[in-house]
Amino acid sequence: MSDAATATRRTPLYERHVELGAKLGPFAGWEMPVTYEGIREEHSAVRTHVGMFDVSHMGEVEVEGPGALAFLQRVLSNDVAKIGIGGAQYSCLCQEDGGVLDDLFAYRLGGDRYLVVTNAANHDTDLAWLGRQSRGFDVIVRDVADRYAMLAVQGPHARQVLTAALGIELPPRFHVARAQVGRRPALVCGTGYTGEDGVELLIDPEVAAPIWVELLDAGVVPCGLGARDTLRLEVCFPLHGNELTPQRNPVEAGLGWCCKEQTGFIGSEAVARARAEGTAEQLVAFRIEDKGIPREGNPVLHGDEEVGVVTSGTFSPSLEVGAGMAYVKSERAETGTEVEIDVRGKRRPARIASKPLYSKRS
Amino acid sequence: MSDATYPEDLRYHEEHDWARIEGDQATFGITWYAQDSLGEVVFFDPPEVGAEIQKDSSYAEVESVKAVSDVIAPMSGEILEVNDVLQDSPERINEDPHGEGWLVKVRLTSPEEAQQLLGVEEYRKLLDN
Repeated sequence: MSDAATATRRTPLYERHVELGAKLGPFAGWEMPVTYEGIREEHSAVRTHVGMFDVSHMGEVEVEGPGALAFLQRVLSNDVAKIGIGGAQYSCLCQEDGGVLDDLFAYRLGGDRYLVVTNAANHDTDLAWLGRQSRGFDVIVRDVADRYAMLAVQGPHARQVLTAALGIELPPRFHVARAQVGRRPALVCGTGYTGEDGVELLIDPEVAAPIWVELLDAGVVPCGLGARDTLRLEVCFPLHGNELTPQRNPVEAGLGWCCKEQTGFIGSEAVARARAEGTAEQLVAFRIEDKGIPREGNPVLHGDEEVGVVTSGTFSPSLEVGAGMAYVKSERAETGTEVEIDVRGKRRPARIASKPLYSKRS
Repeated sequence: MSDATYPEDLRYHEEHDWARIEGDQATFGITWYAQDSLGEVVFFDPPEVGAEIQKDSSYAEVESVKAVSDVIAPMSGEILEVNDVLQDSPERINEDPHGEGWLVKVRLTSPEEAQQLLGVEEYRKLLDN
């Protein structure tokens, strides 16, 4: 991450957040809404109805040219050739040793035109990395972050509410469609970070505020980064900076499924080795058995042995118990293993759980 | 959530805690401002009955979904009782921070410490700054 202490940036919806009485906090150099009415309420709105998140802090990079596919195949872990026009695909951006620089969605907008959505904290480093790796490819890598405001509209009612409010056709899951939103060209992406159905809208920053207000009027509940974190954690989506870092490879993070080594991407040899040999540690989900709320950095204990560390922990609003994810020694990673989480000196009994922690069926 | 009111009969600590003093005993809690800053309380980790607590030191923890916060003792004493209702209903701290959301009852070991605490006007001034 670049220096977060430098000027805090604001999204085009900043004034709307202040108007709604949001609690704002710093995130990756941006001043973002953490919550409006309360994390639990917002969380529940997304699980049962529909909520929206201002995620305009996320970055966008356009990759265009005859060499676009070959270039993305080289830098992204997944098989980019599988993305049809209007398709979307999740990938890791790895360095040579397999360490994860970022995790991101790539959208294919045209024959040789792709859009990659980066995490805010990594946007600048991703851009520099992509620029450096693009040498020798017939491709242009363009920072287009300023062209888009981004709204994630998520929840079981997201589609019907959006269709009614904006009068647009929504793409199926893991697809992207062009649309007019606020009479400006927009991209509608069938993706999200909550485990619910929904879309992410990439829209002209100038129409972000009126669209936000229109959706508010349609009954969409404004949600902050607090609920975004509890929602993604319940469905065990990793967060770069917590579960994913340049010191961890995708295999130990449980992301081997989005790595296709046969494409020869940067880091593929390291990933293949990790897959063949196994990794010393694995990312697991866990639930606290009784009381206590785990937090990032808490040690994971098995008897008197420290066997891991919590990467994200919270009170799960859906499960109503402390839960989280942790890297633990692979021999202790099996579902059902009893461990303890050292929560500021108090040992809280916990159990390794299968992923996701929460699903509609549970 | 309740409104931002601060009862006249409480003594306040600058770390946003309050004490209701009755003779050599007192009830402690966190202020409206403290619960509002924290957000929805989902867990109260109380001290044990009989524990000795020191003025200006942490004696318990309250947690919201997002963060944990130490609770600072406004005065020194020995824990006589903890508010058991909070085990199942920690949200009482948000709903009624100066009333039903009280945290502990204490036998004061240094009742004269009360003089170092703030009255309601002084506490409001502190919040205004």
